[in-house]
Amino acid sequence: MLFKISFKNIVKSIKDYLIYFFTLVLGVAIFYVFNSIDKQTVMMDVTKRTSEVIDLMTNMLSGCSVFVSIILGFLVIYASRFLIKRRNKEFGIYLTLGMSKRKISTILFLETLIIGVFSLFVGLVLGFVLSQFMSLLVANMFDANLTKFQFVFSKSACIKTLIYFGLIYFLVMIFNTINISKCKLIDLLHANKKSEKVKLKNPVICTIIFIISASVLSYAYYLVTGGVEDLQSAEQIYLPIILGLVSTFFIFWSLSGLLLKIFMNIKGVYYKGLNSFTLRQFSSKINTTVFSMTIICIMLFITICVLSSSLSIKNSMTANLDKLSPVDVQFSKVLSIDDDNQEIKSDFNLSVIETLEKNGFDTDKNLDDITPFSIYKSSDLTLGKFLGSRLEKVEKQFKYLKYGREESIVTISDYNKIAKLYGNKEYSLEDNEYLVIADFDSMITLRNEALKEGETITIGSRDYVPKYKKCQDGFIEISSNHINDGIIIVPDDAIIGARLEYKGLIANYKSTNKKDKIATDEKLRKVIESTWNKTSLTSMNSKLDIAEASIGLGALVTFIGLYLGIIFLISSAAILALKELSESSDNKERYKMLRKIGTDEKLINKTLFRQIAIFFMFPLVIAIIHSIFGIKFAAFILETFGRDKLLPSIIMTAIFIIVIYGGYFFITYFCSKNIIKENH
Amino acid sequence: MKNILKIDNIEKYYGNRSSLTKAISGISFLVDRGEFVAIMGASGSGKTTLLNLISTIDKVTSGHIYVAGEDITKLRGNSLNKFRREELGFIFQDFNLLDTLTAYENIALALSIQNVGAKEIDQRIKKVAKELDIYDILKKYPYQLSGGQKQRVASARAIITDPKLILADEPTGALDSKSSKMLLERFNYLNQELEATILMVTHDAFTASYASRVIFIKDGKIFNEINRGDKKRSEFFDQIIEVVTMLGGDLSDAL
Repeated sequence: MLFKISFKNIVKSIKDYLIYFFTLVLGVAIFYVFNSIDKQTVMMDVTKRTSEVIDLMTNMLSGCSVFVSIILGFLVIYASRFLIKRRNKEFGIYLTLGMSKRKISTILFLETLIIGVFSLFVGLVLGFVLSQFMSLLVANMFDANLTKFQFVFSKSACIKTLIYFGLIYFLVMIFNTINISKCKLIDLLHANKKSEKVKLKNPVICTIIFIISASVLSYAYYLVTGGVEDLQSAEQIYLPIILGLVSTFFIFWSLSGLLLKIFMNIKGVYYKGLNSFTLRQFSSKINTTVFSMTIICIMLFITICVLSSSLSIKNSMTANLDKLSPVDVQFSKVLSIDDDNQEIKSDFNLSVIETLEKNGFDTDKNLDDITPFSIYKSSDLTLGKFLGSRLEKVEKQFKYLKYGREESIVTISDYNKIAKLYGNKEYSLEDNEYLVIADFDSMITLRNEALKEGETITIGSRDYVPKYKKCQDGFIEISSNHINDGIIIVPDDAIIGARLEYKGLIANYKSTNKKDKIATDEKLRKVIESTWNKTSLTSMNSKLDIAEASIGLGALVTFIGLYLGIIFLISSAAILALKELSESSDNKERYKMLRKIGTDEKLINKTLFRQIAIFFMFPLVIAIIHSIFGIKFAAFILETFGRDKLLPSIIMTAIFIIVIYGGYFFITYFCSKNIIKENH
Repeated sequence: MKNILKIDNIEKYYGNRSSLTKAISGISFLVDRGEFVAIMGASGSGKTTLLNLISTIDKVTSGHIYVAGEDITKLRGNSLNKFRREELGFIFQDFNLLDTLTAYENIALALSIQNVGAKEIDQRIKKVAKELDIYDILKKYPYQLSGGQKQRVASARAIITDPKLILADEPTGALDSKSSKMLLERFNYLNQELEATILMVTHDAFTASYASRVIFIKDGKIFNEINRGDKKRSEFFDQIIEVVTMLGGDLSDAL
């Protein structure tokens, strides 16, 4: 009997439940897809290193899943509370008929169970289908060949989904029971009759609060963009975050009153068609929804930042790779003077090639474009000394830099050989000149301060002046990021006064196809690993390694970004949609009245569309403004990854938002239209 | 064109073949321009159905209704809405004001959906507000108004578009006797001074006694019809009571 009531209730209120159900299904599907990634990589042909990265990624994703399930849990509780509220009268009738509260709880329990089971099933099926597409994406991310395409079903992800969502539904059931046991019959029966008093806010107070919160927000923006250099420790980031949250809330609060006031004073607009009705609807609701608007705005803001930043990291990492790792391999041998090991000490005298040859690696047969180079250091030239008169100012700004660190010095002829191989610009220097090669943005700014002043440096007993007033772009060490914080290039004879610190070598592999390159890589690694710290201090850095690490990192960040971003987006859109739908049912009478006085259907649809559009757009617009600064800040933090590829990732983010958020918007509009249509 | 409303043998059936309910079975009457007609009947007599048919909220099963010579039973879709907003004015028992809008804005809505300019709206609202004695409460919200005030605001909204016909459905139904009297006096004013044509449905004899003519309906048919003529209102009231008694005390609950 109770089961029958529950089932009929669901069928009856399918309109209310549709978006709730839709959201649950999406949540389940996404949860499954991201937790089954490890299974999807099974059919890929990946190296050991890549599979380690995938393991790491799986672990991090399952960590995220806990967070995601908390968010979804809140969403589900919020949504079910909402749906219960809509049915207060129905429960009131049950109670007056003599049904016990426990039985009503049972009805709700059964309803949650039916919806839960159904959504889990549909969600898992959808997740299974989506995960097949996902495996294509995964393969693409890791540049892996799909050895064989097969449908994969991850039992563990499925069980995990069942457990997590089972837990969420269980919590909802408990929550519903508490909710029901607390309510009073009189409130239930008269729930619909309570009409909200419309209080217009004082425009003067609104204006003042708006100005204050706008300036506080601007200050918070400034802290994370213009004044970002002053951020010295991680804790300091809390200040702009808190300022941003509070001012967002008050901006919504004041703007809602203010906008209404402004439009009301433009009589020609306000008294045109149903504009007055639309605006009043908007303002009467926003009085009560400022808080949820703020939450939605912040969630959208996080979504936009997370998605665009994570996508851009992946993009710029792949783009950087070819530019920043132009050769296949790079060696460097540390010449540490205080080593007791005699074998290592004698190895100091050998070049890198000689070391490799000695350990059984045929350089002539395997390597091409062999270019040796040396890096010198001198106690005369530390970062502090480089900065010279600018040191005091810079030190105040960047307290945590090591100013006693010795600078790397390379001769102009060594650098030009490398630059030629890399395809970078070559330079020439007079006897008393030096230049700085760097590509790490914040260090460039810092060094340019000194270069601009024409600070001289001293090596041995001779002074050198900068040839250029700015750092020149370039690097020696191959990597996936812009990490060269500055190398001093000096005339060849200047190194007399410095000591040799590293012996380096860059080279290409003779083999051209990937498979042979991997073989060469393996051979070299064996040599290096067997000699390291035993007979030599030579280390290697190969393009293949860098590529795998950067692809792995890129994929890791992308997947986590996508996972969290989509969940946040769905949650915020679902909250808005549920709110709007229930508003539409509450406003049924108002629309009925509008029809009675002869309003055209077209005009009614227009005002409905506008209302929903305003409610969806308002938090989005503020979130986009936040994001402009948020992304800038993220770009600053992630600047070593390069930021030249931000635009495509912003476009991708926009597509995500348009599809998901826009999708929710249109579903809400069409469902609302349906709700207000039935006038029987 | 003297007849503003012509009801021509209309019928309205509810339900299906197996269980047919005749809400209206063959009603015909005329309403002239400037008349104030009350329709009386007990609950279930079909008076509200009749009003719904005239106001195009419901559709007739057979017969025709002409408003100013136009057959409104033939109207469909947006021309129906157009007819409703341009030719008719509505006053409901439960006021049907939008609680989110002020009195002023509620009245303005009737004009703004007809694309009347803001300036003209303002002039017309001020004029009608003075006539209905609601000038001072225009800035208030419905929840700040008494029932009588609300109904006068609703009346202002109904007449501001200069409708050919004002339809009132139990306008005093939710009002106390003092407010009822005040409202009905305003109706008389609208009827006599502004020559508004009013068709009012009520089951209250006192309310009906303000009309110039009362039509009694029973079981979906016209039962009786009396004219006030030159009689005093109190005499007319007694006459209405007589008819009500004749109806079999069906309306006694309303007295």
